[in-house]
Formats: sequence, C-alpha cells, structure tokens
Amino acid sequence: MGMTITEKILAAHAGRAEVRPGELITCRLDLLMGNDITAPIAIREFERVGATRVFDPDRLTIVLSHFVPAKDIRSADQCRIAREFAKRHRLRYFYDEGRGGIEHILLPQEGLVVPGDVVLGADSHSCTYGGLGCFATGVGSTDLAAAMITGETWFKVPESMRFHFYGRLQPWSSAKDLILYTIGQIGVDGASYRAMEFTGEVVQRLPVDQRLTLCNMAIEAGGKSGIVAPDEVTLEYVRPRAKRPWTLYQSDPDARYHSVFEWDAGTIGLQVACPYSPDNVRPLPEVAGVEVDQVFIGSCTNARMEDLRIAARIMRGKKVAPYVRCIVIPATHQVFQEALREGLIEVFAEAGCAVSEATCGPCLGGYNGVLGAEEVCLSTSNRNFPGRMGHPKAKVYLASPAVAAATAVTGRISHPEEVAGPEAA
Amino acid sequence: MTLRGKAWTYGDNLDTDQIIPARYLVTADPKELGQHCLEDASPEFAKQVRPGDVIVGLRNFGCGSSREHAPLAIKGAGVSAVIAKSFARIFYRNCINLGLPIFETEAAERIAADDELELEPETGEIRNLTRGESYRAQPLPDFAREIMAAGGLMNYVARKAGLANTAGVTPSGYETKAD
Repeated sequence: MGMTITEKILAAHAGRAEVRPGELITCRLDLLMGNDITAPIAIREFERVGATRVFDPDRLTIVLSHFVPAKDIRSADQCRIAREFAKRHRLRYFYDEGRGGIEHILLPQEGLVVPGDVVLGADSHSCTYGGLGCFATGVGSTDLAAAMITGETWFKVPESMRFHFYGRLQPWSSAKDLILYTIGQIGVDGASYRAMEFTGEVVQRLPVDQRLTLCNMAIEAGGKSGIVAPDEVTLEYVRPRAKRPWTLYQSDPDARYHSVFEWDAGTIGLQVACPYSPDNVRPLPEVAGVEVDQVFIGSCTNARMEDLRIAARIMRGKKVAPYVRCIVIPATHQVFQEALREGLIEVFAEAGCAVSEATCGPCLGGYNGVLGAEEVCLSTSNRNFPGRMGHPKAKVYLASPAVAAATAVTGRISHPEEVAGPEAA
Repeated sequence: MTLRGKAWTYGDNLDTDQIIPARYLVTADPKELGQHCLEDASPEFAKQVRPGDVIVGLRNFGCGSSREHAPLAIKGAGVSAVIAKSFARIFYRNCINLGLPIFETEAAERIAADDELELEPETGEIRNLTRGESYRAQPLPDFAREIMAAGGLMNYVARKAGLANTAGVTPSGYETKAD
C-alpha cells in the first residue's frame, strides 16, 4: 500500500522506510521557530532545566512579529529576552523589526523552509509552510524548548484528508476563498489531528503565495498540517532562495486517505466567514451590504505581494469610505519595500489607508487597529472568534484582499466588481 | 492522586483567545495570567474559581492559537483539570507538556455547572458526586503518561539528556506539593 506525501516526509525524518497513521514516531527536525510571544517561555524552560546549548543554532530561528515595534514596556521586555538569547547563542537567523516581518511569510521568503522539510513552529499558523511541500506544524513553547535541546520531537502520524479542486477559479476568487469554503464545509474541527492535502489543477495553477494562504488556515479546521505537493511552480520559487537542499515527495496513487473531497472551483466564488467562527462561511452575496467600521488588509494569511497587488488594483484612484478606516500592513519588510517600489504603498496612502511596518498587530487584537465594542471589521486574517481582534462584542468578517479592498471603498461588504468594474478581474 | 472540585461548564470550540485574550500575552507568569483566565467568556470565573475546580468543555476545546499561556492561565487560576468531549491538537499537547491533567470523554455533556467532581488522572475515572454518576475518559497514551509522571516534558527531556536535576520543580516554575 502506498503512502501520502505527509507519511513519506515523516518516515524519512524518523529513519523509517514507512509509517502508518496512528503510529507514534520521533522525527528529526529541519527547522524550529519561535516568536516574541512564544520564544520567551521556551527560553525560560530551556534555561530552567540547565540546558546551555541549542542543538544547532542555524536551525532555530526567532522572529519578532506579534507586538513589534514594541507596543509597550512589557512586550519590549519579551523582545529583549528573545533578542539577548539569539545574540548569546549566535542564532544566524534572528529577525528584528525593520528586517523581518511575520514569520509565516518571512521563512518561505528567506528560503529557510524548503520542500521535504519537517518544521516545528511555536505558533499555530506554522502549518503555512506546507504550501512548499513540507510537513510543518504548530506547537506550544514547551515543545519548542525541548526540541531546542534535542533537535527532535514526537508525532502521532496523522491520517490525511485530500481536498481536490478541479475546473477554474471564478474571476476575483483566490486561495482564500477555497480555504474558507473548505472550512465552511468541514467545520472548525473537521480536520482535527489530520493532514490536509490540497490537490488538483486549480491548486497546481496557484502561485506559491496563494498555496501558502491555502495551508495557512488548515489550523482553522483543526488540521495538524496543510500540504501542497511540490512542482515546477514550487521549484521556481525555491531555487533562488533556498538556504538548504530540498527533497521532493509526492503521494502514491494508492495512498490511503481518511476522506477525499472533490470540488469544482468554478462553483465556489467569493466567500466570507461571519462572526464568530471561521467555519461560519457564506457566499459573498449573502452578506454583501453589511456596513463596516474598519478594514484590515494584512496578517500571515494575506499580506504578500500578490495580495497587495490585487488590493491596490481595486483601490487605485479611489478613497476609503467616509467614517471607515482601512489598515494595510505588508507582511514582511521585503514585501513593504517591493510594494514601495511598485507604487502600491502610494496607492494605499492616496486612498487614505493607514499603512505600517510589518507586524501581526491587529489580527490577534495586539495593537495597531484593535476593535472597540460593537465595531465591525472586514479582515483578510484568519480568525474571528469573540475577542480575537479586540472587544468580545466586536464583529469580524474574514475574506480575501479583493473583497477587503472593495469593502474599504464602499464602506460595506462588497464584491470587487462593484468598485473595479466587471472587466478588471 | 484524586482531584476534587466544582465544574465550570462551557460549550463547543472554546478557543485559546477566549481562555486568555492576546492583550495579556505580555507576561508568562501563570498567577497573573490566571487572574484574566476566561475573562471575556465568563467575567466572574477568575474571581470565583476555587483551587481544584474543573473546567468542562464540549467539542474542540482549546482550538486556535498555540499560546501556552492558555493552559498556564488555567493552571494559574488553580484549576486542577480540564474535561472535554474532544480537544484541539496543540492544546492537548501543551497540557501534557505542562502536566495539566485532561480527560477526554463524550460524558462531558452530562456534567452541569457547579457539579461536584472527583477525578483520577491515572485511570481516567470521573465521579460526579452531585449526580451520583461515574464516567471513564480515554486513557492517555503511555508515553504521555510518562511525561505527566515526570512532571512535564521539560523534566522528561532534561532527565533523558542528563541535564540538571529538576526534581521538585514542575513545568513553568510550579513547586510540587508533597503528597
């Protein structure tokens, strides 16, 4: 019997010829990641047990992303703990504000994750990296601390679920719509403990940026990981930036899946997740017209160049609606620079958007756009549980950058066509 | 060791943002986190919770963010264990790693707020004294029990790696009680 791509990657890292779902295995890790919120606890645990050496300082990256530039004294102290540790242990890949950005966009961009890797990140959205054809999963700080000592961790080999998209995406639709639709179909625990494998001609045509978006929200269905098998599109992205050699794996034709879903992408269209859960998903027309107070274009889900380009295309020459604010946060410093060079920042600034340096900021209600009671926000981020972006009575709708840009201009949840015209897609 | 306490009940998908909102992620001190535990979901919780009390959820408990601050806040509030019909994966792992006892059972729905409970982490037995019922949770896998018995993942790993003796200290600086 064949294996899935996830099983093959895990087997290779466990030093085994094959593994089967349900088995408990110990895997060698290619890269570990912590951020300004999760690394300080890991560092405290690492030091508490008397550890003095990181197993390989080139394989632990720390990215300050959530509350940077420091929002207050206490977050500055957390950053300081992480920064001093990085300095002391001579971590080669330490990223501070002005050089880094949100880890899930930064690490692929920097070539720190490559196809075939097993990556452990102390952040739930670490599943994003699967878009490059690697196994990547989120853990807590203590798992990170233990792996910093040993360079390995335990996994229960997950069953795989396959999501096959055929046909063609509708105009304006993107990976965000595919993943919102998927979560709406299976629910926030529909993929609990399992690997979500995305296949089909539609996925193969997606650029890497969008494959990362697809895998980013696997956790919102409870998934352990998301993965897209590597192909020529992946390699074109990886070749110029990879810091390590890669290995390409594919699922066997007779691999066994927990379940297989086959959907015609042409029937999916634009999707919106309504308060208060990422699985409360409706087709855009059902929620169009809902008035908003804020639009947020950012986060590890949707703040790459592709995302900013489409938002700028819609907002060019337009203004943010009166009494509405729009916050745009490019995901990394490099994305910020590229957007600057392409004139996208100019478009957003002219439209009356507040544009800032890379940070997770408002996505998790950290700072830089936190919501008050009863406020309504349309966000390109990934979660809308009560209180996620601020006050527990604030309402967050999740959608793609195209919908977000159109909504910023009209002040109510809108189809991009309404602002950009039918031909612009 | 038998755990005893009163039940605090919640529904499906109680996520880590509700267990400890991001505005408190500027500290990793369990006591301080505990003072804000479940602040938005049930503002009275942190004020009224008693040492030993038990949080009871339904499906997908602890979904969302990987923040370890969530189980730390629960421990810091003095809660002795969490019972749920199912747990989100990262939260489940974090609880084992921190040595916070968890009980996975469909019977979670039979427990009502304020029920008096007695729990046996070793066997997974739950006695509902208020209702005169008893339930049995899925036993933890062997290796997870070993981690819990060592007082959490760090002690387990440190011992295996031959690092400093960590006896007397449970994860995140808790002092073990003599019992």
